Amino acid sequence: MYGATGSEGFSEERIPGGCAIFGVMEERGRRFSGSLAAEAIAAMRERSNGLGGGFAGYGIYPDFPHAYALHVMSLSHGAHEDLVRGIKGSFRVLHEEPIPVRHHPAIRDAPVLWRYFVLPPGEGEEDEEEYVARRVVELNSRVEGSLIFSSGPNMGVFKGVGYPEDIAEFYRLDEYRGYLWTAHGRFPTNTPGWWGGAHPFGFLYWSVVHNGEISSFDTNRRYLETFGYRCFQMTDTEVVVYLFDLLHRRHGLPLEIISGILAPPFWSEIEAMEEEERELWMMARQVYGPALLNGPFSVIVGHPRFMVGLADRIMLRPLVAARKGEMVYISSEEAAIRAVEPAPELVWTPEGGEPVVAELLPQAEEEEAVA
Amino acid sequence: MSPDSRFPEAPAPPANPERTGEADTPRAFPSTGTAGENPPAVPVQDLKKKTRQKPTPFRRMRAAVRLHPDFRVIVDESRCTLCRFCVLQCSWDALDFDGRVVSYDENCVGCWRCFAVCPTYAIRIEPWPTMYRENASWTRFHATNVRKQAATGGKLLTGMGNDKPYPVYFDHLLIDACQVTNPSIDPLREPMELRTYIGTRPDRLDLERYRIEVLERKPAARGERGNGDLRRKMGFGPLLKLETPIMFAGMSYGAISLNVQKAIARAAQEMGTLWNTGEGGMHPDLYPYASSAVVQCASGRFGVDVAYLSRAAAIEIKIGQGAKPGIGGHLPGEKVTAEIARTRMIPTGTDALSPAPHHDIYSIEDLRQLIFALKEATRYEKPVFVKIAAVHNVAAIASGIVRAGADAVVIDGFRGSTGAAPTMIRDHVGIPIELAIAAVDDRLRKEGIRHRASLIASGTIRSSMDVVKAIALGADAVAIGTAALVALGCTLCQQCHRGRCAWGLTTQIPELVRRVDPDEGAELLKNLLSAWSGEIKETLGLLGLNALESLRSNRERLRAVGLEQAALDILGVKPAGR
Amino acid sequence: MARKTALPAEVTIDARGFHYRELNEEIRRAAGRGARTIKVVNVNGQRYIGAGLGPGVRLLLHGTPGNDLGAFMDGAEIEVFGNAQDGAGNTMNAGKIVIHGQAGQIAGLSMRGGRLYIRGSVGYRSGIHMKGYEDQVPVVVIGGRAGAFLAEYMAGGRLYVLGLEDPPCPGRIPGNGPFRLPPRSRSLTGIYTGTGMHGGVVYIRGEVPPHLLGKEVAVSEPGPEDQRVMEEDLSDFASCFGLDPRTILGAPFVKIAPQSHRPYGRFYAY
Repeated sequence: MYGATGSEGFSEERIPGGCAIFGVMEERGRRFSGSLAAEAIAAMRERSNGLGGGFAGYGIYPDFPHAYALHVMSLSHGAHEDLVRGIKGSFRVLHEEPIPVRHHPAIRDAPVLWRYFVLPPGEGEEDEEEYVARRVVELNSRVEGSLIFSSGPNMGVFKGVGYPEDIAEFYRLDEYRGYLWTAHGRFPTNTPGWWGGAHPFGFLYWSVVHNGEISSFDTNRRYLETFGYRCFQMTDTEVVVYLFDLLHRRHGLPLEIISGILAPPFWSEIEAMEEEERELWMMARQVYGPALLNGPFSVIVGHPRFMVGLADRIMLRPLVAARKGEMVYISSEEAAIRAVEPAPELVWTPEGGEPVVAELLPQAEEEEAVA
Repeated sequence: MSPDSRFPEAPAPPANPERTGEADTPRAFPSTGTAGENPPAVPVQDLKKKTRQKPTPFRRMRAAVRLHPDFRVIVDESRCTLCRFCVLQCSWDALDFDGRVVSYDENCVGCWRCFAVCPTYAIRIEPWPTMYRENASWTRFHATNVRKQAATGGKLLTGMGNDKPYPVYFDHLLIDACQVTNPSIDPLREPMELRTYIGTRPDRLDLERYRIEVLERKPAARGERGNGDLRRKMGFGPLLKLETPIMFAGMSYGAISLNVQKAIARAAQEMGTLWNTGEGGMHPDLYPYASSAVVQCASGRFGVDVAYLSRAAAIEIKIGQGAKPGIGGHLPGEKVTAEIARTRMIPTGTDALSPAPHHDIYSIEDLRQLIFALKEATRYEKPVFVKIAAVHNVAAIASGIVRAGADAVVIDGFRGSTGAAPTMIRDHVGIPIELAIAAVDDRLRKEGIRHRASLIASGTIRSSMDVVKAIALGADAVAIGTAALVALGCTLCQQCHRGRCAWGLTTQIPELVRRVDPDEGAELLKNLLSAWSGEIKETLGLLGLNALESLRSNRERLRAVGLEQAALDILGVKPAGR
Repeated sequence: MARKTALPAEVTIDARGFHYRELNEEIRRAAGRGARTIKVVNVNGQRYIGAGLGPGVRLLLHGTPGNDLGAFMDGAEIEVFGNAQDGAGNTMNAGKIVIHGQAGQIAGLSMRGGRLYIRGSVGYRSGIHMKGYEDQVPVVVIGGRAGAFLAEYMAGGRLYVLGLEDPPCPGRIPGNGPFRLPPRSRSLTGIYTGTGMHGGVVYIRGEVPPHLLGKEVAVSEPGPEDQRVMEEDLSDFASCFGLDPRTILGAPFVKIAPQSHRPYGRFYAY
């Protein structure tokens, strides 16, 4: 069973909202400060209403490159202790510490924030990633008032209630260096007090920032439940991250096919294709119909090796991309890109359903291996 | 007393042929020409001279079992033009003419054919006024039934679907709409896809297999059947394309006339959906439409041979139907004309019996055996559906059916219609389709096998909104039977079993059969499908969806009003307001 | 209130760090005090620049103006040295917007008059709900390529797509491998071109494959009257960007127009 379940502050009601999203990746894996993403998302302040902001950074924990960095937020010390007991019972903890924060006048009522660098105990046949996924979900379901909101190796999600640039300030993101950053500013239609409801939504090494509302949410949720994922009604973003996990990690599909499943071409377009392509896309849609994400959306998905931006099949949410050298930018608005890169070499608008992909170059992975 | 010849167990009738309203020897119309062909036009004067049994005066009935009529005919003589169309069109011996229209009310079944043909609205039918003291428990219905049974010793028989006031769950469900946080989609000007595929598919895309079969193989080495082979290797069964999620339900040649079947078949083919032969086999006149047909293999195996199976789009094993779960079917000998006899391969005039079980299916593994026998016989080219009635443990049954290898499960709710069923069975057995679909969808998902079969819902789908709700509850498509007949004129008088339908729908009498023109009928049905499809698209649009796949099992977009918690739990729908 | 001193005819405003509200107030104030040409530098993401602005002012914007540039504009002129974002010319009534770059989604939404010239390509739904009446005819010219749903629900006005250059290509195209998703359209316009159109006219400098057209429109060859307005409009467009009008007009155009004024009459049962 995957998926976070209830905690205080969660309700049965889905909170729709509008948002701003931004992502940037350096394809050689060269790391840069988190303040770049903060500056970019700040340029889109109009799209948020201060009720949620967050970031995901990859490559930020070079001292623990293979350990899973569990970020924990808790509403009370009691709940926190409970959860930590569970963590220590399930993992080998290499290092633990409070997440460093800085006081910010606009960020109030912060929960307890800690991080644990852990590894699975080492015995057992289960795939390491499966093990971590299951344990994290189990712990999140069992303990009320405390949540593991990030659980990937050498990456981390930082989020809360507030404007994203203020959240960045609060979490001291200027002190981190990563090669991939995504950012999100939220405009929810009611007032969640719970920091866990902000974006990005993280699961294993995945992170998703999302602008829009998924009309097919319940269809997608029920579909994912048949594969063991458990969704939780407060944010529809969950289905996006689980769908990526299912299609990429478990079904081994490449990103082009995943995009063509989540935002598929129309039947009339498929019929107009060449025979081989037509059969492939026909089969993909016939198998994965319930995975179709309907409704307006633009998402940016983070993964240790790539960043993907995708808008819905009739592009009801804006998405702009830009490139300068090995830096690839994806954003809801061009101004956010220009705020941090005034002279990109190339600026373009992808089609609805056409993914924008930035990938770690092979030599970057080699360098990592050597290091 | 008339013979109740429908069920072998009925006692032999007494010699005195008093009319009880159950009579059924349709000698009213001369048989001219051969059945199945349009008989030569009969001039008005000849029909007037038709010989028929004069209704028996009431005084000879035993007082205790004297039944009052259900209806009475009211003729407004100030409007009547004495054209006698009503008299000529009535097939129930309820009207005659002797200088003015006279009625034999005890024969009137309330089908309103007379009204439909009257040029001046001079005739109408009213319920026979209630005579007895009002009694909420001993309603006229119950009292009348007791009398009929005392008189005949027989099981009550009826047609069409359950008419009793059980709750209609569709009428308690309301649909969401997008506002502000999510835009509606305009179905006329933006893409809106109603297409759906019926059949079995794998639960993942096996790209490794695709790579080996397509990308690495030289073209010559690829399977002779090309894509069929590829798909089978990737785990797909044969899939059927529906351009709209509305199919026609099984109605057999025998239960309905050939002209009605032709109308339905043509409409289905031209609208890109499927029709169903029912258990009566496929008449040769329908072969041009076979590629859109689902052929039924029911317990009587009427008309089932390899050619029949192979020319169809799909094969449906009929285990049961919503109107009469658990019991079999019976086409009375009177309705077995020469044409029907040939199509079903039974002697003319004998009763066509469909026993309750298939006599080679007494347990679930036997069903699997039949499914694969059919697949083998048709070289795995045709999807095999299994049709069941919605009953209490329908979820478990459906799960078994899917595991037995069916490509689709067709579930018929307790309100499904029929050409003939015992009244008591029709009215008291089975469960609503809404609950059944929700329960089956949940169960198949829980077991991780939902992808292995499509779910088709039937049993009183009355409007496009019932279709939308059925799909939101988990169905892939719906099948309509009653709605199609109503579109062609049916007024639900529930006399189908007597074979004298004045609208020409559920009869084999040639003069009545030709009251339905297949081409006109096809146009009416195409209009119906087209209108409903337009409304479904509109609804998808306001839900912010542009593909039907995204409505399936999207229970979150429904809300319930006035339902008890248990129903909410089973339907998986929240109460309105949350 | 301080005595208003008249401003020189040309002023410069540095937009860096300005919220859109302050910037637009500053612009309006400058216009009110007599500035005829207002140069705004370091524009980045500020919305609604030129909103509701009447005639007599010219804005020269350097940078990337934010969404709804020139919304409800009523006669002013804007020139953008950079790319515009979404909603440029939203419900514009009169005036002129010239963009030396690309524009985003819904460019020219509900335009009622005036001119919108874009040198490069635009996103989806450009020209949606454009309307015109008698002399009040909005004109939108897109120098590059347009995305899907071009001229959706158009009721009046003229819209051009010229395809003067290839759209920007992202370089490493995902899916060079065997599972490449064929691109939506390589044509000058995307799917559902002209869907819901019931007035106005669209001129495309090139071919439009029939499967990309909405069902309400038909393609034909421009006639002499069309040629006349095309020359006028496109010469003006060319002069704004230093292009040779003969190159533009030299290639064959197709005309897209609605087939009927009431295509949905038979859809209802009463």
